[in-house]
Amino acid sequence: MAEPPAPPAFPGLSPDERRLVEALRARDEDAFMELIDRYQASLVRVAMMYVGSHAVAEDVVAETWLGVLRGIDGFQGRSSLRTWIYRILTNTAKTRAQRERRSISFASLGDGDDGPAVDPDRFLPPGDPAAGAWASPPRGWDGLPEATLLSAETRSVIDAAIEQLPPTQREVIRLRDVEGFSSAEVRALLALSETNQRVLLHRARSKVRAALERYLSEDTA
Amino acid sequence: MSVHIAPIACRDLVELVTDYLEGALPPEQHARFENHIAGCDGCTTYLEQMRETIRLTGTLSEQQISPAARAALLHAFRGWASG
Ligand SMILES: [Zn+2]
Repeated sequence: MAEPPAPPAFPGLSPDERRLVEALRARDEDAFMELIDRYQASLVRVAMMYVGSHAVAEDVVAETWLGVLRGIDGFQGRSSLRTWIYRILTNTAKTRAQRERRSISFASLGDGDDGPAVDPDRFLPPGDPAAGAWASPPRGWDGLPEATLLSAETRSVIDAAIEQLPPTQREVIRLRDVEGFSSAEVRALLALSETNQRVLLHRARSKVRAALERYLSEDTA
Repeated sequence: MSVHIAPIACRDLVELVTDYLEGALPPEQHARFENHIAGCDGCTTYLEQMRETIRLTGTLSEQQISPAARAALLHAFRGWASG
Protein backbone atom coordinates (compact mmCIF):
# COMPACT_ATOMS: atom_id res chain seq x y z
CA MET A 1 0.00 0.00 0.00
CA ALA A 2 2.64 2.50 1.07
CA GLU A 3 5.17 1.11 -1.39
CA PRO A 4 7.00 3.43 -3.74
CA PRO A 5 5.76 3.30 -7.33
CA ALA A 6 7.26 0.21 -8.95
CA PRO A 7 8.37 0.16 -12.59
CA PRO A 8 5.48 -0.95 -14.78
CA ALA A 9 6.14 -4.68 -14.59
CA PHE A 10 3.76 -7.06 -16.37
CA PRO A 11 1.60 -4.49 -18.15
CA GLY A 12 -0.58 -7.35 -19.46
CA LEU A 13 -1.53 -8.67 -16.04
CA SER A 14 -4.50 -7.81 -13.89
CA PRO A 15 -3.65 -6.50 -10.41
CA ASP A 16 -4.75 -9.85 -9.04
CA GLU A 17 -2.38 -11.81 -11.28
CA ARG A 18 0.45 -9.35 -10.63
CA ARG A 19 -0.02 -9.94 -6.90
CA LEU A 20 0.17 -13.71 -7.40
CA VAL A 21 3.28 -13.55 -9.58
CA GLU A 22 5.07 -11.34 -7.10
CA ALA A 23 4.05 -13.55 -4.19
CA LEU A 24 5.22 -16.70 -6.00
CA ARG A 25 8.56 -15.08 -6.70
CA ALA A 26 8.78 -14.39 -2.98
CA ARG A 27 8.17 -18.14 -2.42
CA ASP A 28 4.80 -17.48 -0.81
CA GLU A 29 3.12 -20.83 -0.16
CA ASP A 30 -0.37 -19.36 0.23
CA ALA A 31 -0.18 -17.82 -3.21
CA PHE A 32 0.74 -21.17 -4.70
CA MET A 33 -2.13 -22.92 -2.94
CA GLU A 34 -4.45 -20.19 -4.09
CA LEU A 35 -3.46 -20.93 -7.69
CA ILE A 36 -3.87 -24.64 -7.07
CA ASP A 37 -7.36 -24.20 -5.72
CA ARG A 38 -8.24 -21.94 -8.60
CA TYR A 39 -6.90 -24.02 -11.48
CA GLN A 40 -6.14 -27.61 -10.46
CA ALA A 41 -9.52 -29.17 -11.30
CA SER A 42 -9.70 -27.28 -14.57
CA LEU A 43 -6.13 -28.20 -15.51
CA VAL A 44 -6.86 -31.86 -14.88
CA ARG A 45 -9.93 -31.69 -17.12
CA VAL A 46 -7.97 -29.99 -19.87
CA ALA A 47 -5.13 -32.51 -19.54
CA MET A 48 -7.71 -35.28 -19.91
CA MET A 49 -8.37 -34.04 -23.43
CA TYR A 50 -4.86 -35.16 -24.37
CA VAL A 51 -4.04 -38.16 -22.23
CA GLY A 52 -5.92 -41.34 -21.57
CA SER A 53 -6.48 -41.56 -17.87
CA HIS A 54 -7.22 -39.40 -14.89
CA ALA A 55 -4.04 -40.59 -13.18
CA VAL A 56 -1.86 -39.56 -16.10
CA ALA A 57 -3.71 -36.24 -16.31
CA GLU A 58 -2.94 -35.52 -12.65
CA ASP A 59 0.66 -36.38 -13.37
CA VAL A 60 0.76 -33.98 -16.27
CA VAL A 61 -0.72 -31.26 -14.09
CA ALA A 62 1.84 -31.88 -11.34
CA GLU A 63 4.55 -31.54 -13.97
CA THR A 64 2.88 -28.36 -15.16
CA TRP A 65 3.02 -26.83 -11.70
CA LEU A 66 6.71 -27.65 -11.50
CA GLY A 67 7.13 -25.91 -14.83
CA VAL A 68 5.26 -22.91 -13.47
CA LEU A 69 7.52 -22.73 -10.42
CA ARG A 70 10.67 -23.15 -12.48
CA GLY A 71 9.56 -20.54 -14.93
CA ILE A 72 8.02 -17.94 -12.65
CA ASP A 73 11.22 -15.99 -12.04
CA GLY A 74 11.66 -15.52 -15.76
CA PHE A 75 7.96 -14.98 -16.55
CA GLN A 76 7.68 -11.89 -18.74
CA GLY A 77 3.98 -11.22 -18.38
CA ARG A 78 3.46 -10.98 -22.12
CA SER A 79 0.36 -13.13 -21.80
CA SER A 80 -1.85 -13.42 -18.76
CA LEU A 81 -0.66 -15.70 -15.99
CA ARG A 82 -3.58 -17.99 -16.68
CA THR A 83 -2.82 -18.28 -20.39
CA TRP A 84 0.83 -18.95 -19.56
CA ILE A 85 -0.08 -21.75 -17.13
CA TYR A 86 -2.42 -23.38 -19.66
CA ARG A 87 0.22 -23.13 -22.36
CA ILE A 88 2.67 -25.00 -20.14
CA LEU A 89 -0.06 -27.53 -19.50
CA THR A 90 -0.95 -28.14 -23.13
CA ASN A 91 2.73 -28.45 -24.09
CA THR A 92 3.35 -30.88 -21.27
CA ALA A 93 0.23 -32.86 -22.10
CA LYS A 94 1.05 -33.07 -25.80
CA THR A 95 4.55 -34.32 -25.07
CA ARG A 96 3.12 -36.89 -22.71
CA ALA A 97 0.44 -37.95 -25.19
CA GLN A 98 3.08 -38.47 -27.85
CA ARG A 99 5.01 -40.69 -25.53
CA GLU A 100 1.81 -42.64 -24.99
CA ARG A 101 1.20 -42.77 -28.73
CA ARG A 102 -2.06 -40.93 -28.48
CA SER A 103 -0.61 -38.24 -30.68
CA ILE A 104 -2.37 -39.34 -33.85
CA SER A 105 -5.64 -37.67 -33.01
CA PHE A 106 -3.83 -34.40 -32.48
CA ALA A 107 -1.45 -34.70 -35.39
CA SER A 108 -4.42 -34.86 -37.74
CA LEU A 109 -6.78 -32.41 -36.21
CA GLY A 110 -8.94 -32.20 -39.30
CA ASP A 111 -12.53 -31.76 -38.25
CA GLY A 112 -13.91 -32.68 -41.62
CA ASP A 113 -17.39 -32.66 -40.21
CA ASP A 114 -19.51 -30.03 -41.85
CA GLY A 115 -22.94 -31.29 -40.89
CA PRO A 116 -25.62 -28.66 -40.33
CA ALA A 117 -26.48 -27.44 -36.83
CA VAL A 118 -29.97 -28.91 -37.10
CA ASP A 119 -31.25 -31.95 -38.98
CA PRO A 120 -32.46 -30.62 -42.38
CA ASP A 121 -35.62 -32.74 -42.07
CA ARG A 122 -36.84 -30.40 -39.37
CA PHE A 123 -37.31 -27.62 -41.93
CA LEU A 124 -39.84 -27.38 -44.75
CA PRO A 125 -38.29 -28.72 -47.97
CA PRO A 126 -37.36 -26.72 -51.06
CA GLY A 127 -40.45 -26.19 -53.19
CA ASP A 128 -42.63 -25.50 -50.20
CA PRO A 129 -43.87 -21.89 -50.18
CA ALA A 130 -42.23 -21.51 -46.75
CA ALA A 131 -39.12 -23.57 -47.60
CA GLY A 132 -36.48 -23.39 -44.89
CA ALA A 133 -38.93 -22.51 -42.11
CA TRP A 134 -39.31 -24.86 -39.15
CA ALA A 135 -41.44 -27.93 -39.88
CA SER A 136 -40.84 -29.32 -36.39
CA PRO A 137 -39.65 -26.45 -34.20
CA PRO A 138 -37.87 -27.08 -30.90
CA ARG A 139 -39.99 -27.19 -27.78
CA GLY A 140 -38.91 -24.83 -25.04
CA TRP A 141 -37.19 -26.11 -21.92
CA ASP A 142 -38.52 -23.40 -19.65
CA GLY A 143 -41.22 -25.73 -18.34
CA LEU A 144 -38.64 -28.17 -17.06
CA PRO A 145 -37.64 -28.05 -13.41
CA GLU A 146 -34.16 -26.71 -12.68
CA ALA A 147 -33.46 -29.99 -10.84
CA THR A 148 -33.89 -31.90 -14.12
CA LEU A 149 -31.68 -29.49 -16.04
CA LEU A 150 -28.94 -29.67 -13.43
CA SER A 151 -29.23 -33.39 -12.69
CA ALA A 152 -26.23 -35.68 -12.87
CA GLU A 153 -27.91 -37.45 -15.76
CA THR A 154 -28.29 -34.26 -17.82
CA ARG A 155 -24.67 -33.44 -17.16
CA SER A 156 -23.56 -36.86 -18.27
CA VAL A 157 -25.53 -36.37 -21.50
CA ILE A 158 -23.60 -33.14 -22.10
CA ASP A 159 -20.32 -34.77 -21.19
CA ALA A 160 -20.95 -37.71 -23.51
CA ALA A 161 -21.92 -35.38 -26.36
CA ILE A 162 -18.67 -33.44 -25.90
CA GLU A 163 -16.66 -36.66 -25.80
CA GLN A 164 -18.06 -37.66 -29.19
CA LEU A 165 -16.97 -34.43 -30.88
CA PRO A 166 -13.96 -34.30 -33.20
CA PRO A 167 -10.86 -33.36 -31.16
CA THR A 168 -10.56 -29.65 -31.93
CA GLN A 169 -14.27 -29.00 -31.45
CA ARG A 170 -13.98 -30.78 -28.13
CA GLU A 171 -11.03 -28.67 -27.07
CA VAL A 172 -12.73 -25.44 -28.04
CA ILE A 173 -16.03 -26.12 -26.28
CA ARG A 174 -14.31 -27.41 -23.17
CA LEU A 175 -12.09 -24.37 -22.91
CA ARG A 176 -14.79 -21.86 -23.81
CA ASP A 177 -17.91 -23.24 -22.16
CA VAL A 178 -16.65 -25.55 -19.41
CA GLU A 179 -13.53 -23.68 -18.31
CA GLY A 180 -14.88 -20.24 -19.16
CA PHE A 181 -11.99 -19.01 -21.31
CA SER A 182 -12.43 -16.02 -23.58
CA SER A 183 -12.28 -16.42 -27.32
CA ALA A 184 -8.93 -14.59 -27.36
CA GLU A 185 -7.46 -16.99 -24.80
CA VAL A 186 -8.63 -20.05 -26.72
CA ARG A 187 -7.25 -18.68 -29.96
CA ALA A 188 -3.89 -18.09 -28.33
CA LEU A 189 -3.80 -21.51 -26.69
CA LEU A 190 -4.84 -23.52 -29.72
CA ALA A 191 -3.37 -21.26 -32.41
CA LEU A 192 -6.70 -20.79 -34.16
CA SER A 193 -7.97 -17.88 -36.20
CA GLU A 194 -10.95 -15.98 -34.88
CA THR A 195 -13.25 -17.38 -37.57
CA ASN A 196 -11.98 -20.90 -37.16
CA GLN A 197 -12.49 -20.78 -33.41
CA ARG A 198 -16.05 -19.59 -33.88
CA VAL A 199 -16.88 -22.22 -36.48
CA LEU A 200 -15.57 -24.99 -34.23
CA LEU A 201 -17.44 -23.60 -31.24
CA HIS A 202 -20.61 -23.38 -33.30
CA ARG A 203 -20.46 -26.98 -34.45
CA ALA A 204 -19.66 -28.17 -30.97
CA ARG A 205 -22.43 -26.20 -29.26
CA SER A 206 -24.96 -27.16 -31.92
CA LYS A 207 -24.28 -30.84 -31.35
CA VAL A 208 -24.45 -30.55 -27.58
CA ARG A 209 -27.75 -28.68 -27.90
CA ALA A 210 -29.10 -31.42 -30.18
CA ALA A 211 -28.07 -34.10 -27.67
CA LEU A 212 -29.75 -32.18 -24.86
CA GLU A 213 -32.88 -31.73 -26.94
CA ARG A 214 -33.08 -35.46 -27.64
CA TYR A 215 -32.59 -36.29 -23.99
CA LEU A 216 -34.90 -33.64 -22.55
CA SER A 217 -37.73 -34.38 -24.97
CA GLU A 218 -37.56 -38.07 -24.02
CA ASP A 219 -37.87 -36.89 -20.49
CA THR A 220 -41.01 -34.86 -21.03
CA ALA A 221 -42.71 -37.11 -23.60
CA MET B 1 -37.26 6.01 -42.77
CA SER B 2 -37.64 2.42 -43.75
CA VAL B 3 -34.82 0.02 -44.42
CA HIS B 4 -35.51 -3.02 -46.54
CA ILE B 5 -34.26 -6.09 -44.72
CA ALA B 6 -34.03 -9.28 -46.72
CA PRO B 7 -35.49 -12.19 -44.78
CA ILE B 8 -33.50 -15.13 -43.45
CA ALA B 9 -34.84 -18.70 -43.46
CA CYS B 10 -34.96 -20.51 -40.11
CA ARG B 11 -32.64 -23.15 -41.55
CA ASP B 12 -30.00 -20.47 -42.18
CA LEU B 13 -30.61 -18.60 -38.96
CA VAL B 14 -29.63 -21.56 -36.78
CA GLU B 15 -26.19 -21.44 -38.40
CA LEU B 16 -25.74 -17.81 -37.34
CA VAL B 17 -26.56 -18.27 -33.67
CA THR B 18 -22.96 -18.55 -32.44
CA ASP B 19 -21.82 -15.57 -34.52
CA TYR B 20 -24.75 -13.66 -33.06
CA LEU B 21 -23.94 -14.64 -29.47
CA GLU B 22 -20.27 -13.82 -30.05
CA GLY B 23 -21.16 -10.39 -31.41
CA ALA B 24 -19.51 -11.28 -34.68
CA LEU B 25 -22.32 -10.56 -37.13
CA PRO B 26 -21.87 -7.51 -39.35
CA PRO B 27 -24.47 -4.83 -38.50
CA GLU B 28 -26.77 -5.62 -41.41
CA GLN B 29 -26.76 -9.37 -40.64
CA HIS B 30 -27.30 -8.59 -36.99
CA ALA B 31 -30.39 -6.57 -37.87
CA ARG B 32 -31.73 -9.36 -40.09
CA PHE B 33 -31.13 -11.86 -37.31
CA GLU B 34 -32.99 -9.84 -34.70
CA ASN B 35 -35.73 -9.01 -37.14
CA HIS B 36 -36.27 -12.72 -37.78
CA ILE B 37 -36.17 -13.66 -34.10
CA ALA B 38 -38.75 -11.01 -33.29
CA GLY B 39 -41.31 -12.78 -35.46
CA CYS B 40 -40.36 -16.45 -35.13
CA ASP B 41 -41.21 -18.57 -32.09
CA GLY B 42 -39.22 -21.58 -33.32
CA CYS B 43 -36.00 -19.61 -33.67
CA THR B 44 -36.60 -17.75 -30.41
CA THR B 45 -36.83 -21.12 -28.66
CA TYR B 46 -33.77 -22.33 -30.52
CA LEU B 47 -31.74 -19.33 -29.40
CA GLU B 48 -32.92 -19.84 -25.81
CA GLN B 49 -31.85 -23.48 -26.00
CA MET B 50 -28.39 -22.51 -27.21
CA ARG B 51 -28.04 -20.09 -24.29
CA GLU B 52 -29.24 -22.79 -21.92
CA THR B 53 -26.82 -25.30 -23.46
CA ILE B 54 -23.95 -22.91 -22.76
CA ARG B 55 -25.11 -22.40 -19.17
CA LEU B 56 -25.51 -26.13 -18.49
CA THR B 57 -22.18 -26.98 -20.14
CA GLY B 58 -20.61 -24.53 -17.69
CA THR B 59 -21.82 -26.61 -14.76
CA LEU B 60 -19.44 -29.44 -15.76
CA SER B 61 -16.66 -27.45 -14.13
CA GLU B 62 -17.88 -28.09 -10.61
CA GLN B 63 -15.30 -30.50 -9.30
CA GLN B 64 -13.08 -30.65 -6.26
CA ILE B 65 -9.36 -31.24 -5.99
CA SER B 66 -8.37 -34.33 -4.03
CA PRO B 67 -6.64 -33.70 -0.67
CA ALA B 68 -3.88 -36.11 -1.67
CA ALA B 69 -3.08 -34.18 -4.84
CA ARG B 70 -3.12 -30.93 -2.86
CA ALA B 71 -0.71 -32.31 -0.26
CA ALA B 72 1.65 -33.62 -2.95
CA LEU B 73 1.71 -30.23 -4.66
CA LEU B 74 2.39 -28.45 -1.40
CA HIS B 75 5.30 -30.82 -0.83
CA ALA B 76 6.65 -30.08 -4.32
CA PHE B 77 6.34 -26.36 -3.66
CA ARG B 78 8.32 -26.58 -0.45
CA GLY B 79 11.04 -28.51 -2.24
CA TRP B 80 11.22 -25.82 -4.90
CA ALA B 81 11.09 -22.88 -2.46
CA SER B 82 13.92 -24.26 -0.34
CA GLY B 83 16.01 -25.32 -3.31
ZN1 LIG C 1 -37.22 -18.85 -37.63
